[in-house]
Amino acid sequence: MFDWIQNMADWIVFDLLKLEQGQHLAEALNFFIYDSVKILLLLFVIIFLMGIINSYFPIEKVRNFLSRNKLFGLEYLMASLFGVVTPFCSCSSVPLFIGFVRGGIPLGVTFSFLITSPLVNEVAIGLFVGLFGLKITLMYVISGVLLGMTAGIILGKFKLERFLTPWVKEVLANAEREGEAFAEEKTPFKERLPIIWAEVVNILKGVVPYVIVGIGIGGLMHGYIPEGFFEKYMNKDNLFAVPIATILAVPMYSNASGILPVVQVLVTKGIPLGTAIAFMMGVVGLSLPEAMLLKKVMTMKLIGVFFGVVTLCIIISGYLFNIIL
Amino acid sequence: MKNIKILGTGCPKCKQTTALVEQVVKETGVDATVEKVEDIMEIMKYNVLSTPVLVIDEEITIKGRVPSKSEVTELLTK
Repeated sequence: MFDWIQNMADWIVFDLLKLEQGQHLAEALNFFIYDSVKILLLLFVIIFLMGIINSYFPIEKVRNFLSRNKLFGLEYLMASLFGVVTPFCSCSSVPLFIGFVRGGIPLGVTFSFLITSPLVNEVAIGLFVGLFGLKITLMYVISGVLLGMTAGIILGKFKLERFLTPWVKEVLANAEREGEAFAEEKTPFKERLPIIWAEVVNILKGVVPYVIVGIGIGGLMHGYIPEGFFEKYMNKDNLFAVPIATILAVPMYSNASGILPVVQVLVTKGIPLGTAIAFMMGVVGLSLPEAMLLKKVMTMKLIGVFFGVVTLCIIISGYLFNIIL
Repeated sequence: MKNIKILGTGCPKCKQTTALVEQVVKETGVDATVEKVEDIMEIMKYNVLSTPVLVIDEEITIKGRVPSKSEVTELLTK
């Protein structure tokens, strides 16, 4: 499917720039061109597709659906799945959180949504397909959904409502089921397209520099780190590898799109995939800026419990991946 | 006179929206006040789930995304 990109990379490096085959610089450049073109193309396609879905799938509908229907436990799965298709900007997490609990949606279900939404997002999916292929992407998405569900159920059991900040409690006490008539936007596709397009360009602009730098660093490492280098320290038998990788990952955020290409190279150099996936979930799913924002609605204790449970779930799924793969 | 409010907790998208609205107001010469609402409690009174939100005369017009320049111009001059 991507042969033509390889041909193009070959043509640029060997014919246009007249570099010799087998030369270190030529191979690195070839790898860099092939990888960047392929990944940017996939990113573009996936962000665009998600943009179309989003345009027809507004968040208000999700909220209303979840608060209207009693689903006997399935609501955790639903909330988690909704998290996949809705876009997530960490700055929206606070209004979202309040909107959900005010709509009468249990805290645990809200957490399910809050966890999956950043964890399985369009940029991460695009990068995963480009770097690791469809099979591993699918596994990532499925485990992301299951993780959101599980962590939501666990958090729901803790009865954490008492750890919300006072003004949110007040909001909750006055929660009335707003029977707001949701005015559906009946905009034809032709008029939606420019809006979706603008959003795609916006997202790409934000991540492309990181992705390019990430692929560049990955390309260099590709050439200089010997095969199997990490097997010595980070093999599957090393029980500390997964927790350490996860805990290191949580504070990293803005450059998630730059980290994935580097991690892919690390995997080819011997880091077990489960450890790598746990690391990436930590990078994408939890972040300090998010914690700072959530401080407005949650006490530090609640944020601590929230991050703790999610981190634990990520570590467990890292172990599971290492066992299965 | 129009009263324009931009609701947002200070993310890049909210800043983009504010800058755009201010630019359009200046260019079209519409008589309007532009106010940026960053206080989350204030924002939640509008019952929105995603930011940024563009509110014109207390009416929510666009939410959850950065509007295009032509959209803003149309909303302000109609």
